[in-house]
Amino acid sequence: MEKPKLTDPRLLLLSPGDSVFVLRDQIDIGETIWVEGVAVAFPTRLGLGHKIARVAVPQGDQVIKYGASIGRASRDIAQGDHVHLHNLTSDYTPTHALNKGDA
Amino acid sequence: MRGWLRSDGRKGIRNVVAVAYLVECAHFVAREISGVDREGAHVIGFPGCYPNPYAQQMMERLCTHPNVGAVLIVSLGCESFDRFRLQQVVAATGRPVQTLVIQNTGGTRSTIAEGQAWVRAQVAALAEMPSVPMAVNELVVGTVCGGSDGTSGITGNPAAGIAFDKLVAAGATCIFEETGELIGCEDIMATRAATPELAQELRASVAKAAQYYATLGYGSFASGNADGGLTTIEEKSLGAYMKSGQSTISGLIKPGDIPPKGGLYLMDVVPDGEVRFGFPNISDNAEIVEMMASGAHCTLFVTGRGSVVGSAISPVIKIAANPHMYARLSEDMDVNAGRVLSGEAALEDVGQEIFDLVCGMASGQRSKSEALGHQEFILTYKSFEPIGPACLPA
Repeated sequence: MEKPKLTDPRLLLLSPGDSVFVLRDQIDIGETIWVEGVAVAFPTRLGLGHKIARVAVPQGDQVIKYGASIGRASRDIAQGDHVHLHNLTSDYTPTHALNKGDA
Repeated sequence: MRGWLRSDGRKGIRNVVAVAYLVECAHFVAREISGVDREGAHVIGFPGCYPNPYAQQMMERLCTHPNVGAVLIVSLGCESFDRFRLQQVVAATGRPVQTLVIQNTGGTRSTIAEGQAWVRAQVAALAEMPSVPMAVNELVVGTVCGGSDGTSGITGNPAAGIAFDKLVAAGATCIFEETGELIGCEDIMATRAATPELAQELRASVAKAAQYYATLGYGSFASGNADGGLTTIEEKSLGAYMKSGQSTISGLIKPGDIPPKGGLYLMDVVPDGEVRFGFPNISDNAEIVEMMASGAHCTLFVTGRGSVVGSAISPVIKIAANPHMYARLSEDMDVNAGRVLSGEAALEDVGQEIFDLVCGMASGQRSKSEALGHQEFILTYKSFEPIGPACLPA
């Protein structure tokens, strides 16, 4: 029998087929956390509500959350990656976000 | 629960004087008039000088909203808004109504003085008006979300959806909205339509929104949504969609349409025809105003980033989706749905809390934004075609 893959309890799976987890609490700079059996180090702080890839998603494939598509990978996404504006784009209208520099 | 009975059979959970300006040029005078009693007199109005049938209908619906007991119309005098018709519509409901035309009343100071005297007398008269018993199935409740983040769709919105399911089960009328924030949900939403014809209308309304926003170049997505972990409009939409709960969707309405019976309704807020007048709803209060124009007694407002707005005329119940934000802004939040993330509460508990709070609004309780004196209001240009025959329940 396959051993259960260790996942940090802060990672919330919303629907069985989802390709992302949602953070139910923040991850601090430098933390290493388990994502389905894989240890991932996070160089930046991530706030709750952000997404972590549960599985690898090749560029051009749909990213699934709530069991539905939330857009496509704009570059290859590895398991454990932060999934956000740098690697996910809308199939409808582009997302506009302020450039805050290093703030 | 108790309400004030109006001549059309609807009951209000508030009994306020609406001070309605008909062009921005009369806004200051209207605001100063309402200053005589900020709890009893609420300012609403339309800023434009050019005529617009949508704005006319919205103002007529708002001035005859069940929470409104009397109306003071404040006109500059030369604007295109049909003040004569507005006065007739209000008078036909039996409500006290008075029009002050600034150009005929002697200017700022004398119009304010005359308006304040009228408002003071009406507030006193409304205080004497007896209330009558009111039931849950007489309530109309709207829901919006604003300042969404990655928590909105997993705590606040599904909790609001549970409250909606309870309200619909009790016979109330519930309205959810922002077709521009349902982009990507059209297929799952259509499966909940009461009829196949309505399913088609629901899909068409979202397709219209997608095309409208594509033309404008921006989706209904603010920079703060991305800070909060949301990446795309379809992701934000799936979270926003949770507000609608699980009930069958009974109908599709447009702003100002009054739902004919209890049930769950989608409001199509995106104008019809070619893109004109800019973004459909330029900020959250525009959506709250449209809910009120369709009769909403109060509005559930789910926020992750943290909004502080309330509304003129109808109370706004603020539901915090994000527990960190709740800790910072608790003075503005009525409900902490963020407790779900830490396991301190189940969604069902929060849904029940919201349901009880809605009933409380009709039993003398005041929401946080209401008690703080928030009375935001915004109305801008739009144009709509009437809804199709398949949109309303038989």
